[in-house]
Amino acid sequence: MPLTHTDREYEGELTKLREQILLLGAKVEAAIAGAIRAVVERDDALAQGIVGGDAEIDRLEVETDQLCLSILARRQPVASDLRFLTIALKLVTDLERIGDLSVNIAERSLELSKEPPLKPYVDLPVMAQAAQGMVREALDAFVSRDADRARDVIGRDETVDAYYEQIFRELLTYMMEEPRNIYRATRVQSVAKYLERIGDHACNIAEMVVFMVRGEDIRHRGGTST
Amino acid sequence: MAPEENGTRRSFTSGAGLERAARAADATAAPPDAKMAAHDLHAWFGTNEALKGITLSIPEKRVTAIIGPSGCGKSTFVRCLNRMHEVVPGARVRGRVTLDGQDIYASGVNPVRVRRRVGMVFQKPNPFPAMSIQENVLAGLRLSGEHAPDPAGTAEKALRQAALWDEVKDILKRSGSSLSGGQQQRLCIARALALEPEVLLMDEPCSALDPIATARIEELIHELRERYTIAIVTHNMQQAARVADFTAFFYQGELVEVDRTDVLFTHPSNRKTEDYITGRFG
Repeated sequence: MPLTHTDREYEGELTKLREQILLLGAKVEAAIAGAIRAVVERDDALAQGIVGGDAEIDRLEVETDQLCLSILARRQPVASDLRFLTIALKLVTDLERIGDLSVNIAERSLELSKEPPLKPYVDLPVMAQAAQGMVREALDAFVSRDADRARDVIGRDETVDAYYEQIFRELLTYMMEEPRNIYRATRVQSVAKYLERIGDHACNIAEMVVFMVRGEDIRHRGGTST
Repeated sequence: MAPEENGTRRSFTSGAGLERAARAADATAAPPDAKMAAHDLHAWFGTNEALKGITLSIPEKRVTAIIGPSGCGKSTFVRCLNRMHEVVPGARVRGRVTLDGQDIYASGVNPVRVRRRVGMVFQKPNPFPAMSIQENVLAGLRLSGEHAPDPAGTAEKALRQAALWDEVKDILKRSGSSLSGGQQQRLCIARALALEPEVLLMDEPCSALDPIATARIEELIHELRERYTIAIVTHNMQQAARVADFTAFFYQGELVEVDRTDVLFTHPSNRKTEDYITGRFG
């Protein structure tokens, strides 16, 4: 925004909203990274920390929604402000879901650590990095109001999906070899599925950023979208 | 979005519903015919150029709002649409304004006839204080030298159209200035409607009214749109967003942007419009 609002208080409210979303985003990113580390390092304390930390993410979601409602009610935003407000309302839902998926990963981690390791994790941490990278890039695109960067994120979803397919096929061979592997393999498969979903949520956020910047709705346009 | 969810959603919107939606989209996409149009319209007060070449259509049986900061030329523009601008000493107009394709500034056109077809409602309700409510409604007709064959019927019709009849039907002989501000403004609208105009110009019709009276006028504008072509000048952007099908943004005597109201208020294409409507000016 080259110009600021004539009403400084309004400007301050919008700034606060942006900061709150970024804070929520930072917490969610940390949750993904922590949850995957808990799986790979079989760290129960870390996993429990992720499960417990979700309350903070939920609280931030509620607070952000309240702030959005208050601005909508009192300021009646229009144009780019209106687009920002409406995507803020939706974006926090996606972020909160990513937080929930990280909790799910942490829960699977707690289940897996009670069992002997199935196999060393090779693809899973790489996939997690890719998914987390999508979330980070989507949020960076949001901050810098960069539609091209957001479109980039959407393109990266295919990589995450491909990792999921690969991991899934590998786990199938483990399960076919030995039925006793099934319990652990389905846990690991779930973790991969959660990561794949996180990538989808990152795509949603990226699509919203394109709408916020360009006013163009690119959702549900065949192949490239989620 | 998971593919199975997509599948469900598609089946919900398939068939007749989709076709209906497509037809509705077509109907709103086709631009309605222009009832009035300005072509390269310039207007001056003495040496001060208030309008610097405006080209803008006013679509038939739609509400067009004109917004912009004070001094942007929005009032001057609507006053040019019924040849009221030239009434001001030292005021001049150049360019073309058409009404049903006919130039209202062509030589030989009687401005009084133009004003009959293009009525105007002003910012401050201005009923004639010495006249009764009914006389006020009929005043426009009388001033243009006409006699309504059925004055009571004509007055009732106009008052009903202005959504004032139920409030004044028992006090028609009372002075117009005995009414509240909002009622007075609807009385002025009734006075304009009694002439059976085709176009109604409204210059800040609600700026002197409270929110309830404003809501009544806005409700009335929605009803009048069925029969009249309306152009409304307003300082209140929310009002433009509420009542208008199309919104034009004027700045320093120029038309910056005109678009469907929902488009202009969600995604204006011009930076100046964006800055003005979001409150980032000055």
